[in-house]
Order: sequence, then structure tokens, then C-alpha cells
Amino acid sequence: MDLNRNRKILLVAVTAIIMIGLVIVYPYLIPSEPEREITINGAGASFPFPLVDKWIAEYNKVKKNVKINYQSIGSGGGIRQHTEKTVYFAASDAPLTPSQAANASNTLHIPFTIGGVAIIYNVPGAPMGLKFSGEVLADIFMGKISTWNDPKLVELNPNVNLPDKDIIVVHRSDGSGTTFVFTSYLSEVSEEWKAKVGRGTVVNWPVGLGGKGNEGVAGLVSQNPYSIGYVEFIYAKKNNIAWGYLKNAAGRFVEPSLESFRAAAAAAAVTLPKGDESWAEVSIIRGVVRNTQAVDAYPITSFSYFLVYKELNVLPNMDEYTARQLVEFLWWTIHDGQNYSAELDYVPLPSNVMARNEETIRMITFNGKQLKG
Amino acid sequence: MKSKTSFSKIAYLKAKIEGDEIFRIVSALFALTTILLVGLMVYELTRGSWLSLQKFGLLFITGTTWDPVFTLNFGALPLILGTLTTSAIALAIGVPISIGIGLLLSEYVPKRLGFFVSFMVELLAAIPSVIYGLWGIFVLIPFLRNNAYPYIQAVLGFLPLFSGPIYGGGVLTAGIVLAIMIIPIISSVSRDVLSAVPHSQREAVISLGATKWETCKIVMSYAKPGVIGAIILGLGRAIGETMAVTMLIGNKFKVLPSSFFDAWYTMAAIIANEFTEATSDVYVSALIHVGLTLFLISLIVNVIARLIVWRTLRLVKGVSRG
Amino acid sequence: MDNYRIRKLKDWLMRILVWSSLIIAMIPLFSILLDVFLNGAKAIDMDFFLLPTPTVGEKGGIANAIQGTLITLGLASIIGVPIGVMSGIFLSEYHDSKLSQPVRFINDVLSGFPSIVVGIFGYVLIVSVIGFSVIAAAFSLALIMIPIVTRTTEESLRMVPVAIREAALALGIRRWKTIIFIVLKGARKGVITGVLLALARIAGESAPVLVTMGYWRWWFSGLNRPASNIALNIYLFAISPFENWRTLAWGSALFLILMILGISILIRVLTRGKYE
Repeated sequence: MDLNRNRKILLVAVTAIIMIGLVIVYPYLIPSEPEREITINGAGASFPFPLVDKWIAEYNKVKKNVKINYQSIGSGGGIRQHTEKTVYFAASDAPLTPSQAANASNTLHIPFTIGGVAIIYNVPGAPMGLKFSGEVLADIFMGKISTWNDPKLVELNPNVNLPDKDIIVVHRSDGSGTTFVFTSYLSEVSEEWKAKVGRGTVVNWPVGLGGKGNEGVAGLVSQNPYSIGYVEFIYAKKNNIAWGYLKNAAGRFVEPSLESFRAAAAAAAVTLPKGDESWAEVSIIRGVVRNTQAVDAYPITSFSYFLVYKELNVLPNMDEYTARQLVEFLWWTIHDGQNYSAELDYVPLPSNVMARNEETIRMITFNGKQLKG
Repeated sequence: MKSKTSFSKIAYLKAKIEGDEIFRIVSALFALTTILLVGLMVYELTRGSWLSLQKFGLLFITGTTWDPVFTLNFGALPLILGTLTTSAIALAIGVPISIGIGLLLSEYVPKRLGFFVSFMVELLAAIPSVIYGLWGIFVLIPFLRNNAYPYIQAVLGFLPLFSGPIYGGGVLTAGIVLAIMIIPIISSVSRDVLSAVPHSQREAVISLGATKWETCKIVMSYAKPGVIGAIILGLGRAIGETMAVTMLIGNKFKVLPSSFFDAWYTMAAIIANEFTEATSDVYVSALIHVGLTLFLISLIVNVIARLIVWRTLRLVKGVSRG
Repeated sequence: MDNYRIRKLKDWLMRILVWSSLIIAMIPLFSILLDVFLNGAKAIDMDFFLLPTPTVGEKGGIANAIQGTLITLGLASIIGVPIGVMSGIFLSEYHDSKLSQPVRFINDVLSGFPSIVVGIFGYVLIVSVIGFSVIAAAFSLALIMIPIVTRTTEESLRMVPVAIREAALALGIRRWKTIIFIVLKGARKGVITGVLLALARIAGESAPVLVTMGYWRWWFSGLNRPASNIALNIYLFAISPFENWRTLAWGSALFLILMILGISILIRVLTRGKYE
């Protein structure tokens, strides 16, 4: 009996070891590249993660020896890693504040994609495309407008039979670039909001429920009748939720879409600083929210930025070859990479932003030597 | 042991440095590793909280504001209360069920069926926290909001604890999911502990004409410290659970919720939610300070649990533990 | 007679309660399993096991995640199980030592640490030195394992009757041999339960992995680099708005549960012995 059992155990153990061995060895059976393989580490915002992941995969097909690794640990985490120089590039939904920039001097900002925040709601009986204005939104999220049939909402939507029900506000519970963008917008359109709540990745919401992640907010809104919330546009699209039309400075009610985000970015891009200057005041929102010429612009739009040092020798273990590969990748993302944006519902860069980025990337040096001519 | 010749002293010393002593020292070293690691963790937590400790000191534990935008004032009282409350709910619901299952598996159910049932229960342990959260959002919350909570409110609504708006998530929901998550640990360990009670105990009582339930009571009293150990493990899980809680509790920072159906916040949840996006140094430090506070609360809760164990051990002193 | 009937009634009542506790626990279990199965079954095909994680819209699988998870969990176990079992042995067999109270206490406190804090600790300790890596993740996961294994080992060893130890001693067997070959063997079932519970727990933990390793889309390339992880992928993909990722997430959850179940059955069957 004992001998049998021991043999059984031996057999299973040997099988297990062989199987695990196969699992570990499997990828090494795939032929590898003769050229020197390098790894480039990046970290940052989770909003652009799917896009950056797509770029990494596609770029690896182009340059098979370059493996890029992006950690979506959040803009805050990305900025911290960038400051501590533990990554070669970072991504953030917000530009560096002056104090952050002081801790990470000579950082270049490269906007690489654009995103927009949609206002989603769940009002049984109401159609898609309820109209909102900035002031009304601020009042709703402050709790000053608390029912759907409030006169201000009725005024904007005269043809809709808005019910006499309490508005359930839904916001983000976790820190997020989406919250930063949305509260930036509310701060621009409402002095009271700016003074009482302000903008940030986390704020003290006066009213409402907190959902975790865009998914959490979308989930709460779709499950709670008479609720309203804000999410990255793609979550509204993929979750089959109604979104609102927002009044822009030109007086038009614009729906969130790749085109309207792009229009906003193009309108705001005229005021972009140079790559190595301070971007703390850069905001598509600010460039658009009072811009009466931006007819098709959707106001709640923002850039996502790559952050990279101007002189790459400050990064530990960096050499010229790797530095050059990093620069080539960044160049690729703002050109070929943009072709992949739309299918993932990210907004391709308008040409004036692209031009600015080309300038910026040309500023990158290693040991003083310019890396992209 | 050895013969009483002059060799005995040498033999004694040899025995001392041989197997037994070495083994004792080695196992003690391993056990010390845990203390070392926890000590290191506390050190790092304290180091990280330094800015926050300097700014708020002990008032952090009684503070009730959380403002990362303007004043950068942080306080952890609501978080502490939230953690304790959800854990208490989890225990209140989970412990009776777990002990029931443990008893079932060790006393009521034949071996083969028990094998199968044990697996079912342990499957609960294999489910990732994230899935608990997702299931909670898409299945549990709608069910509670539409089918369970309204009835509870209809019956108990006169109590402030059960009044107020129902949106499906909140304190009670988080407590319920936590209870489900701690059932596998408590019941599995209870089952093992209960089934290891010597049969002589059962036989003695049965021969006196005890019913099944009375036998169970005897078995339980014999295994009580082990069962309590299992409960402490479950409590640890409940206090530290992050993902599932934050997806269901509503994440509202306020001193007290208006009812069991209202949203609240826990220490683990706020760290998970805000750590990666935290920008200013004081903010990050405050979050680490919450981690340190969690450690302290865990310490206190365990001291209390220990006292309970000590008291129950005194009560069952008659039953020999061997 | 009355007293007897009351006792019989109580017995009957408790029987119902005990069975209903099982039923109550089974309801959410079946609900979750059904949910996971319905959402995840459609992800399982040959590609699921052969291809690495895809980008949005592409076909893929979790092959690299399976590889990475096995390696990470394996390393975590190598660290965590010996420490846990030996600590459990120490607490049970040498419980008269002055160290045992503090060790047990600290162990219980450790079991209450949120996984994210353990992850941050792993980040501060190891990631700052080596960088995001399997080692850092395995270390953090081991810290979560240790208290579970320690507790269950101690309790299982304690339930072995003293008589067995005394009998071994009377036969002249050394104390350490008694502990390892006799007492531990008798407590085998409980110790293994503990290890399996701990393994199941860390297999599903995504928070510490997020902070110490992060998302890795490639195959395993060294312990000092990150590796793909099933639990983390579930977390990242399940909350994304993209269909192929979400399906993959639920499929991974189904796979994870089945994997743990499989390991559990396997080890149980192998160690079924005379000490039932």
C-alpha cells in the first residue's frame, strides 16, 4: 500500500515538474531577435492605458527588439516615478503643477492623446441628449439643483417631460484624472464651485454616491433611476447609457464625440507653450470654455501627456542606444500611433498639436547630443 | 537516559546541541521572522507617516475632515468607525453560519458527502476579491435594493439604523459580502478543529443519552479555543479586505452614516482608492498614516479577542486540552 | 418525559439551523459561480491557453498570465509556507516559551493587514531596490500567506492528542523527530487545508500585485522583472470598457477558480491516508 502510494506521488510530482518546466520554457522556444533587446519602462495614468498598450504591441512588431512596459498606476504614481527617475517616461492626465515641476526640472510635456468626459444620466422616459449647461451642472453636483424638474433644467429642455424626482448624484470615489478634468471644468464655469470644492483628482463632493472607477460610476448610474454622473466618454458609449449635450461658449449644444473633442483641442492648441516651458496653466477647457469661435467644441476635454526629461542622461542605466529608441517610440506614437486612436475611441491629435510635439521631441538630448534630427 | 557514568555529562551536552535543541532554535528563528517583518513594516509605515504625524499627531485618530484640495487637513475617525462596523457586521452574520457549517461537516454529515461539501465551501475562498466586488455590483446590489432592503425597512424602519434612502450598496451590503468572504476560512478551520476532537469525548456523552445537539455542545467546548482562532483569522480578513469593500460600500467620507443602507468608508478602501493618484507629500503621508492607524486598530482588536479567549479558556478549564 | 421532548425539540431545531447555514452559504456561492460561468465560459478555447494577453480588439488568451502566476505563487509559497509551518510548529510544540505569546499576537495582527498596505510595504522594501518584479510581488504575497498557514498549522498540531507525543517519547524517539514525522503527519490534513486556503487567497489578490509588479504583457523574463498575473489582469480587464478584455477577465476568473479547485483536489487525494 505504501509503496503504491509513494509511486503515485512520485509519478504526479514528476508530471507536475515536467508540466511546469514546459510552461516556463515555452516562450524560449520561440525564436528571439538577434538585435540587442532593450526594455523601456513607463508608468502613469490609467485612462490611456488601452491605447498605450496597443502602441506597445504594434511598435514591437515594427521594432522587435524594443520591449516597452507601461504600468497604469495612476497619474499621481506616474509623476512620482518620473520625479524619482525610476521610469524612462511617464503619462499623466494633468500637467505638472509648478511645485511638481520644480521637483522634476527639465521635464518635457508631450500631449499624446485627447479624452473627453461625458455626462451620463438615467431618467426613465427621458430621451438621449438631454441638454445641460455648465452652471446647471455645477449646481446639480453641489446639490443646489436637487430635482429633475427644476426650472433651470426645464428651461434647457422645454420639450422633455422631466419628472419630479430627486437627482441622485454619482461621482468617483477613487482618485482619478477624470475627476480632475471634470472638476476643472466646473471650477471654470462656476465661481462658487471653485471656491467651495475646487479641482483635484480627489475632492470633497458636497453630495452624491461614490463609484469606484469609471466602471463603478457607469454601473451606479445604469442601476439607479434618476441618477446622473460623469465618465470617460468610451464608458458611456460601451455601456449603453444616455449622455447629455453640453452648451459650449458658442451657444451650441454639443454632444461628446471624437469630432467634438478634437475640435476643442484644435481650438485650444493655439495657446500651447513650448515643450520645455511650464504647462501648469494648459487646459483645453480653459482654451475653449469662453471661446465663442469654437462652434463644434465639447468643453470637457483634456490632453493626456507624456512626461520625459529633456536631457536623458539623468536617468540611471540610460545609454545612447536606449535613449534613441525611446525617442523613436515617442515620435512613432504621435505619428503612426495616432492611426490606432480612433478605433479605440481615443481622439487623434490635431495637426497643430502634432507640430508642437515634433518640436518638443527634437529637444530631447543624450549627453547634449540631439537624438531626433 | 544515558547511564550514570562520567560519560553522561558529555552525552548530555551532545544531546543539547544535537537535533532537539537545534530544531527548537530553528523553529524559534522562523517564528521570529514574522515579528521581524511586522516590525519592519511598522517602521516603514511610521517613516512614511512622518509628515502627517508632525502635522496632526494624535488628533489624526479623532479628526473628521478629509480635504486634499484646499486645507490639506486629514483625519481618520470615520474610517476607523467604518472598518469596525463592517467587520462587526461580517462577524455577526458570518460566524454563526461558519460554525454551523463546521459542525455540519464534522458531526452531521458522512465522510463522502463531507468531502464534496467541503470543496463547495472552499470554492468561496478561491474567488478573487475583484469578482466578489463585480458580482456584488451587478447581482447582489440590485437584488438587495429591489427585494430585500425594502422589506427590512418595512419591518424595522422605525429604527434609525434602518431608515433612510436605499440605493443598494452601503454599510450593510459591504458587511454581507465580507461575511460571505470570511465563511470559508472560519468554517474550514472550525471543521478541522472540531473533527479532531477525540471520539472519546463524544462517546462518553452519547453513552449518557445525549442528543446530537448536546454532543455538539460538548465537542464545541473542547474545541473552543481553536474555533476562536478561526474566528480571529476571519476577523483579520474582514478588517483588511480592500477590493470588494470599496466596490460596494459607497466610499463616502462622513463621520456617521445615516443608516445601514447609507454609504460609508473604510481605512483599507481609502488607501486603495487614493494612494496611486495622491500628489502632494502630505496627502501621501496621510494615507500611509491611515495604514499605520489600521495596524494600531488591528492590534487593539486582537488584544480584546485575546481577552475573550482567556476568559472562555477559564470557563472550560474542566475540559482537558492535553 | 417533558424534559426529554424539549431536548428532542432542541436537537431537531439545531439540526435545521445547521443545515440551513450551509444552504445560506451556498446561495451566494452558486450565484457567483453561475455569474462567472455565464460570463467566462465563452472565453475558453484553445487560444485562451496558448496565446498571451492581447491588446484591445485582438484575439488572445492568458497563457503568459498562467505562466507568470504559477511562478509568482510558487515563489511566494517557497517563502511563505516554510516560515508559516515552522512558526506554527513553534507556537504549538514550544508553547511554554516566552516568545510564543508575542509571536502569536503579531501573527494575528499581520493577518489583518489590508493587502494594499502589504503591497506598499513590498514596494518600499523591494521595488525601490530591484524595481517592479516577481520577487517583490512574491514577497508581499508571502506576507499574506504566513499568518494563515501559521494559525492553521498551530491549531492542527494542537489537536493531535498529547498521548501520541508521550508514546513517542516513551519509545525513545527524539523530540524533533516526533514533531516532524509523527505529530505533523497526524495534523497533515489541517496543515494542508491551511496552505491551500492561503494559496487560494493570494491567487485572487490583485492589490499587492498592482503596486509591486503591475501589468506585464510579455512572457516571463526573469525574477527581477514583472510577470503577467491572472488576478491583476482580471482587475484591469474587468473594469475596462472593451469587450474582448472583459470576456477574458471573466474567463480568467473561471480558470482561477477551477485551478484552485484542481490543486485542492489533487493534494487532498494524494495525502489521503490512514489518519482520517
